[in-house]
Amino acid sequence: MNRQPIVLQGVSKAFGRTQAVRNIDLAVDAGECVGLVGHNGAGKSTLIKLMLGLVRQDAGSIVVLGECPSAGVGARARREIGYLPENVSLYPSMTGAEALGFYAKLKSRPSAECQALLDRVGLAPFATRRVGTYSKGMRQRLGLAQALLGNPRILLLDEPTTGLDPEVRQTFYRILRDTRKDGTAILLSSHALAELEGEVDRIAVMHQGRKVAEGDVHHLRMRAGIEPRLRVRLHACRRMDGWTELPGGFFERDCADGDIRARINELPDTAQEIEIVRPSLDEVYAAFLRREEAGA
Amino acid sequence: MRALALIARKEVQEGLRNRWVIAIAALLAIFALTLGFLGATPTGVVKVSPLAVTIVSLSSLSIFLLPLIGLLLSYDTIIGEWDRGTLALLLAYPVTRWQVILGKFAGHLCILTIATVVGYGAAGTALAITSNASADAWTAFAAMTGSSVLLGAVFVAIGYVISALVRDRAAAGGIAIGVWLLLVVVYDMAMLGALVADQGRTLDAAAVSWMLLINPADAYRLLNLADTSLVSAFAGVAGLSAQAGLSPAASIASLTLWTIVPLATATFLFARRQL
Repeated sequence: MNRQPIVLQGVSKAFGRTQAVRNIDLAVDAGECVGLVGHNGAGKSTLIKLMLGLVRQDAGSIVVLGECPSAGVGARARREIGYLPENVSLYPSMTGAEALGFYAKLKSRPSAECQALLDRVGLAPFATRRVGTYSKGMRQRLGLAQALLGNPRILLLDEPTTGLDPEVRQTFYRILRDTRKDGTAILLSSHALAELEGEVDRIAVMHQGRKVAEGDVHHLRMRAGIEPRLRVRLHACRRMDGWTELPGGFFERDCADGDIRARINELPDTAQEIEIVRPSLDEVYAAFLRREEAGA
Repeated sequence: MRALALIARKEVQEGLRNRWVIAIAALLAIFALTLGFLGATPTGVVKVSPLAVTIVSLSSLSIFLLPLIGLLLSYDTIIGEWDRGTLALLLAYPVTRWQVILGKFAGHLCILTIATVVGYGAAGTALAITSNASADAWTAFAAMTGSSVLLGAVFVAIGYVISALVRDRAAAGGIAIGVWLLLVVVYDMAMLGALVADQGRTLDAAAVSWMLLINPADAYRLLNLADTSLVSAFAGVAGLSAQAGLSPAASIASLTLWTIVPLATATFLFARRQL
């Protein structure tokens, strides 16, 4: 038996004429955090719904915690899955504590766990306020709290940080780091690639239902074929052949990894603030999309 | 069963919080009190119990109101929760789809029962204090209240079918109003029109009885108006009901079927639906 909590092989799904997911292979290990990246409509949410059994695949196999979710036998597995849908608005007429208590009872969890989770996500002072009065960040924190009920073995998070302010986002990722240490497999979708750097072990890039790339950040950067850039600031502003001038006295040029030392040696004595700029994840993503569209 | 009870309790809690229960109870109480005291004014002359007149008036009103309330409670049960993202979340928990539907139905039934009993009960209590009604009249009043809840339950179940079928809340609302108009208003008008046009040539008494039974609103009318001596004075379908001669059990069976079949249909549709 495969011990990986999530294993997808050749999964495809169409809604009418729209092919939402095409021949996807994906596996997530225990304690691993995988980022599912793609623009809106790339098939990320559908893939997560397939894993939950909310939609049935047309082809391929999905095994989540040893069960096939689409066969309707996933109730036992669902006890060990935490899910946070995109833009979820939990019951607005209930208080935060009541909403979390409702979900805890559905998972047969003790109410003491709710208080601990509300503390963990920083919502304890607002537990008696109605969810309808919560800000977006508070709603997402409550959503994360319900997803963490029962120390799940799998966390499926659909665009969990969209629209959150940086402070809440950092709290969110800190909690996810702690959860990974407990061996939870995390799959989180996002279209904000930059924030995933340093937070995920692996990234799967999706485009029009296809997985166009997969690997860790370093691997993806290599595969994208975007050279790093060398950026310098010159004390006395002057022209430099082959370099692009930037505001503030900076100059920049593409530079293959092997050439970096040679390029630095060529710099005049007035050069300051020498910096090697790695392509951002957004640039990497854009490169994969360009390649995909050129090949299509 | 635990999940079903939890979902039912959550529905009742939400119904109480968002003032659905209070609004329905208040609406029913206002109508019942108005009909009870103002509508029964002539009874002093004709020596008929005010409660008997109130039952007739309230039944006629309930035929319009309870279906509307039932549909309003239920039409966005599935599609509304889907829009808010809570349905996907709920189904990611260890609950089955039939538990979701039946849990919601149990909750909505509780809301209807509390609101109807409180609303009509308030009017009944006020009438009990101010008039001397017979035990039979009280039994009829209790039966009318109970069957009103059943009528509401029918339309709650129909609302679930609508909610399980459509992909848009506005469409669900529009269809719900259409169903209400069709079953509560248009059906009776069409039936009366058919009877007038037929002039008794093909539509005999048995056919009319069946035509009344297969519509839940008319089955409710049969149940509450058939035994009332005053009803012969009524025009339209109420008058027909008095002469149909069908047993209350037939009407109750019709209303029960009208609850079970849509509920089963909604559960089937929801189970097959891909979210």
